[in-house]
Formats: sequence, C-alpha cells, structure tokens
Amino acid sequence: MSREYDVAVVGGGLLGSAIAWGLGRIGQRVCVLDEGDIAKRASRANFALVWVQSKGLGMPAYTRWTVHGARSWPRLAAELQEQTGLDVCLQQNGGFHITLSDQELEGRAEIFRKLRAQPGGVDYKIEILDHAQMKQMLPHIGPEVTGASFCPLDGHVNSLRTFRALHTGLARFGVEYRPEHAVSNIVYENGAFRLTTAQGDIAAGKIVLAAGNANQVLAPMVGLEAPMGPTRGQVIVTERTQPFLPHPVSTIRQTDEGTVMIGDSKEDLLDDTVTNKGITSVMADRAERMFPLLGRLNVVRSWSGIRVMPKDGFPIYEQSETCPGAFVACCHSGVTLAANHAYEIAPMIAAGALDETRLGAFTVKRFEKSEAKSSGYY
Amino acid sequence: MFKRIEEDRRKPVEITVEGQRVTAREGDTVAAALLASGLDVRRRTAVSGAPRLPYCMMGVCFDCLVTIDGVGNRQGCLVPVREGMKIEIQKGRREIGR
Repeated sequence: MSREYDVAVVGGGLLGSAIAWGLGRIGQRVCVLDEGDIAKRASRANFALVWVQSKGLGMPAYTRWTVHGARSWPRLAAELQEQTGLDVCLQQNGGFHITLSDQELEGRAEIFRKLRAQPGGVDYKIEILDHAQMKQMLPHIGPEVTGASFCPLDGHVNSLRTFRALHTGLARFGVEYRPEHAVSNIVYENGAFRLTTAQGDIAAGKIVLAAGNANQVLAPMVGLEAPMGPTRGQVIVTERTQPFLPHPVSTIRQTDEGTVMIGDSKEDLLDDTVTNKGITSVMADRAERMFPLLGRLNVVRSWSGIRVMPKDGFPIYEQSETCPGAFVACCHSGVTLAANHAYEIAPMIAAGALDETRLGAFTVKRFEKSEAKSSGYY
Repeated sequence: MFKRIEEDRRKPVEITVEGQRVTAREGDTVAAALLASGLDVRRRTAVSGAPRLPYCMMGVCFDCLVTIDGVGNRQGCLVPVREGMKIEIQKGRREIGR
C-alpha cells in the first residue's frame, strides 16, 4: 500500500489542527481528515481561556503540562501572526477566580494548599486577594465580592481567530485539509494505515486520532481506548462595550472586540441545540453580583456547547502497542494546551514515540487501575 | 438630504442632539428626527469604527444605535421622541456604565 502521507490527523478542530500545524512546521507530509461545518465542535463553542490556576488536582503531571502550555502560548501567538498576519489577541496578564462568600474564598485557598502538597507538582504563583486588593486591579467589582484567587500565568485569547489562523497556517505549510471526510473505519496492515472516509480511502504511515469525543469510537479500531465523559456548557454573550475588564475572570471575559462572555455551566445533558434558562439565570445573576454594571448591558445571544472531556478530566496521549504509529490525543483544554500540541506533541509523533518522562502520566492505562474520579477541569 | 413634507402639521418636540437644540415632530422616531435634523449624525461602529446612518428604520439592522438620555446602544428607529430628550451620537462601543 502506498503511503500518501506521513501522518493523517483525524479531526480538524483546535487539537487536530494544532498537531497538524506542528507536523507541517517540521516538514511532515500531512493530511487532516475532518467532518463538515455542521460537526459539533468545541473549537467553535468554548470560553477561550488560557488557564492554569487550580488545574491538576489528582495529577501533578497535568499541572506541569498546563504551566508549560501557558508559558509557550506567546511563542505560538507570535509565530501564527508572523505566518498568517492574524492577531489571535493573546492577553496573558493574569486571571481571577472571583468568590462571593467567605466560604467560597476559603475553598479556593484549600485547593491551592492541596495542589502545593502534591509531590511532583510545579510551583507557580497564586495569590489569594481580598476585596480591597482586588478592587485596585478590577475597579468595577461589586460589594458582594469577598475576594479572588489570582494567577499571573492565566490569560485568554480569541479562540475563533486562533482556529482560523491554524487553518490558514496549515495551508501555508502544504498540509492537506479535507472537510467532509468523516472516518468510518481504520485498518492497520503492512505497517501503515488505511482510513475509510465518506469520500474514499486515505493511506498514511501514522495516524493521530484527534476527533474529540468521537475518539471513543475510533480508538478501538487501532487497539487504543479513549474513555470520554462529555459535559455541556452554556455561555451568555452581551453586546459590545468599551473595555472595562482588564483581566479575564474564570467565568467572565471581555473579548478583544468588546463583547462580554459569561460562562460556563457544567451539565450532564448533552443536547447542544437548546439552552436552559434556569441555569443561565444563575450564571447571569452571579456575574451581575461580581460586576453590577453588567446588568445594564443587553444580552445578544446565549448558546450551549459540548465539552470534549476524558472521563477523569485529564488529557490522554497514547501510542498503540498493537498498531504502532497510531496515536490518540484527547483533552478538554484545546486552547490552553495548543502550544504544547504544536511544539511538543507534533515532534514526538513525527519521531514515532511519545516522551515517557513527560507524558507517561497521560496513558490510558490509568483507567484500568481504578475508576479515576477527580476532575482536572476545575 | 431629508426634507420634511410642508403639510406636516404635527406638534413640534424639542430635543437636543450633542447639546444642540433640534425640533422634531410628535410621532418621529429618534432615528427619523436625527436624519431630518440636517446635522452630521453618523455613528461609528463598534469594531472597525466605520461611519453609519440609520438604514432599515424597522428594528432589524441595528445601524441606528444611539445613546438616549445616557443609555447606550438604543435602537433609535424604535424609540419615539419625547420633549427634552438628550441624544448623543455613539462613537464606537457603548460604555459599560451607560
């Protein structure tokens, strides 16, 4: 079988395109097999945070991986701008998680005590601020705000423009992007892969499964597993307003173009065609208590989306033992980890091996040991 | 550019536009009064800052956004003028406090 491509990446969302971009960047012959425009796509329904604080409870390697990803983002933003002329508007001046009661604030402090106590974690700066300290940085907070945790590594980005920039960059690198090529079957033979798509077969020396929650179905075709536990999130979007929020907040951010996004719930209902007013009311109410002036803004839309979420919340990166050359990549934080996927994961895939020291913790074998419960999300 | 019909006998309504007194007519929308005022009432859009005037006059295009009595992003074509109304031409995005 002729190998048309060094690597076929299955999935053209933020994760798949970041890996494909990283592969194209180092001269690999790559094709991206994607679904069409109507695919459920977290790349177009996300909150666009580059977020470190509180991640990795239960898996210190995830804290290290996240910190590295956040620190690498400026390089990715600069390289995308140079290559494509698109400014992804990375703003990384530190982010807040705001609390509305003393109990909530104590809860935050407790999370960071636990994170620091984990062996093998990474120490990064986190501050617990009281109302008065916060007010100097976020002058519009309301009287009910009791404080916040603040992490200087946190930030946000224009994730839709990032998505566009990666795809523009893919074309520049000569990576072949094939929409409407949903993969229905994968066969491993003679050391290479044949992928059956809606529009004919594709042959490649290696494959990367980056199809979000659909990895669950694809992974077993090449001797891998991807246990997923997707959740739904809802977001409220306001009309554009003059800049008033100089830092992103875990549930409120103002985009570079002025809209305010209020998020994000975590629900088990997986219908992304409806919103739930009971839940969005709570979100809006909390947001208004944090920043009372938000109450004067008009909401222009609200939407729901489905999170890509490995069952325990932590990423999965694994190469198949029975079909070497087949890799699976699953993660919730496709925005935060984009630079890692481009600069770290892609070269490892090109070289044919994932770095055990750095990525060993993300093996899917962890699910065999126990039903892992803690979530890497919050 | 716009001229009032001479037989229009509706009662005059005094409003201010950027501090200037303008005589509108009872039943005018803010957008219609602005267009008839003869002043430069072009707003600026929120992202690119392009100049815009009211267009559809029926609540759909949002090109008539204007600050009325201190509240930004009102659709001028849907709000009837009232005596003493203070109109400000919005330059770009509205401010959060108004």
